[in-house]
Amino acid sequence: MTERSTPRWRQASTAVWLVAGLLALLFPVLEHNAAYQQIGVYTLIFTACATSWNMFSGYSGYVNLGAGVSYGTGAYTMAIVSRHLDPNNAQGGASLFWVCLLSGVAAMVVAYPIGLVALRVRRHTFVVITIAIFFTFQLIAINASFTGGTGGLFLPYIPWNASYYDVPFYYVGLAMVIFAIVLSALVRRSRFGLQLLAIRDDEDRAMGLGVEVGKIKLTGYVMSAFTIGMCGGLFALLQGQIYPQFVFNPLFDISIALMCFFGGFGTLVGPILGAVVLESSQQYLTVQYSNGSLYLILFGALFLVVILFMPQGIVVFIRQKRKQRSDRRIAALGAQ
Amino acid sequence: MGALTDGVLTGSVYALMATGLTLVFGVMDIINVAQGIFVILGAYLSYTLQVHFGIDLFLGLLITIPTMFLVGIVIERAFLARLKGPEKTAMSILVTYAISLVIEGLLNEIFSVNNVQLSASYVNESFKLFGIYLPYIYLDGFLLAIGLLGALYFMLYRTRFGASIRASLADQSAAALVGIDVKKVSTICFGIGIAVTAAGGMIFGATNSFNASTSYDLISRLLTIIVLGGMGSLAGALVAGILMVTLEDLVGVLWSPVWSTMSFFVVLIIVLSLRPQGLFGKQSARVA
Repeated sequence: MTERSTPRWRQASTAVWLVAGLLALLFPVLEHNAAYQQIGVYTLIFTACATSWNMFSGYSGYVNLGAGVSYGTGAYTMAIVSRHLDPNNAQGGASLFWVCLLSGVAAMVVAYPIGLVALRVRRHTFVVITIAIFFTFQLIAINASFTGGTGGLFLPYIPWNASYYDVPFYYVGLAMVIFAIVLSALVRRSRFGLQLLAIRDDEDRAMGLGVEVGKIKLTGYVMSAFTIGMCGGLFALLQGQIYPQFVFNPLFDISIALMCFFGGFGTLVGPILGAVVLESSQQYLTVQYSNGSLYLILFGALFLVVILFMPQGIVVFIRQKRKQRSDRRIAALGAQ
Repeated sequence: MGALTDGVLTGSVYALMATGLTLVFGVMDIINVAQGIFVILGAYLSYTLQVHFGIDLFLGLLITIPTMFLVGIVIERAFLARLKGPEKTAMSILVTYAISLVIEGLLNEIFSVNNVQLSASYVNESFKLFGIYLPYIYLDGFLLAIGLLGALYFMLYRTRFGASIRASLADQSAAALVGIDVKKVSTICFGIGIAVTAAGGMIFGATNSFNASTSYDLISRLLTIIVLGGMGSLAGALVAGILMVTLEDLVGVLWSPVWSTMSFFVVLIIVLSLRPQGLFGKQSARVA
């Protein structure tokens, strides 16, 4: 029996999930400072994105450094659609949140042809192609007319009181996080998830064993675009204005990957942990010091340390330590 | 015709920078996304030497190329040599990205985010070629890039060390089996891959105004070049580099400069749909 499946471990992990869930639920009630509430929303957006990114890239091993394509597509969908809607309608603007679903669908529609082309190559080349496609999209956003060019687009202002403006965003973000986690957990336990993991371990062998690798990869890729697109939509609505370099941001791509590697690439909890720690600390540093380049240096250095000393992320690192401890204990028992 | 001339002249510089990148990938399985910021770093080094010490741009290369070579060696020893395992390539992207963030932050702190451009008499004076006026730097830069590429190719194909690099490029474990010190080859290769950015950066900095964030634009082009040429293929980097800039210029002249940058990405997508391994890539890269 492995250490992970002992009743005590399971109880402990249930307790941690419950406490974390409760804290997440009560955060806007406990924290009234609007600046910190906004940090909360950003953290949720990144948690959902990282979880969703990990559901494809973490499980299949195909590192996607173009997640910003889905994010930006979602954001622009929101911006373009919401301009035609009235924020002063009966639900007091809340109906705009439903457009996020449309953002997610748009991101999937865009992801499909990209996946068709990009997933034809092996994973090393895949990474590079996703970067190239990402910059293509940034260029389209800069040059096309429907995106408003470099000036970007303004979104309708929702007439809410500034003191609780972020609260609805917070709970919509939380709903997206829960959706992403549940989806990722379901995929992980399904036959489909096993096929993705098999591709990560040995694609040729998986293919030999009858896994339809092309179809599985494409499905995973398109699925993960949905949540990221929704988050892009929410982000656009929260910002009130978007422009190309802001939503098609290369730092977004790398932040998401970094969060997953930091927490634990391919694990369920890792991306959540990574996103919560990194995004909140980043936002906090920005609010406190408002010095962009200092932040870059810190962020990069921290990342280097993590990659070099805990190459599999914090979650796997802790698991290995636990396993070593239990192995030692078993060995000690055996010696007696 | 002007577009073609400019394409070949500027393209050779990109080819030089991309050769460093594809060499590193081929030998080490490492994708160095910091190549863009190294180019900028090289440009800033030339800038510093020129502005503060009054050293000529081309003369300064005698200092900046060895400096960048050493930077490459240190980074390889300190970080990249530690990477191993099945996720090595993916990890290398993240590590080099982290390195590039640190350098970007440092450059922003030291030089501020204001754009600068290298200048010299040969940057400002022009000559007439095929009906267009080009500053001398384009020609000088082209000659320098071709010279360095020639030296690189000579080293790779005519020296013993070059042979061991090409052996490591073809098959690392087989190279190790016949007694090649693959570790040493990797370290030096990375050094060379970075050293070319000193020259590339100087020419880039003299033909474009830049700041640290220009590196994003650069790296996306360089990566596209090596994917288009076939990752790990030296000839591919050369051909794709020149092809890219020429195409960009042609579209810019014949159609609209707004879309010129995109034309290359479109070609990339078309080529990859037909030939996933790139123009000169090895067949083994193909997957059903």
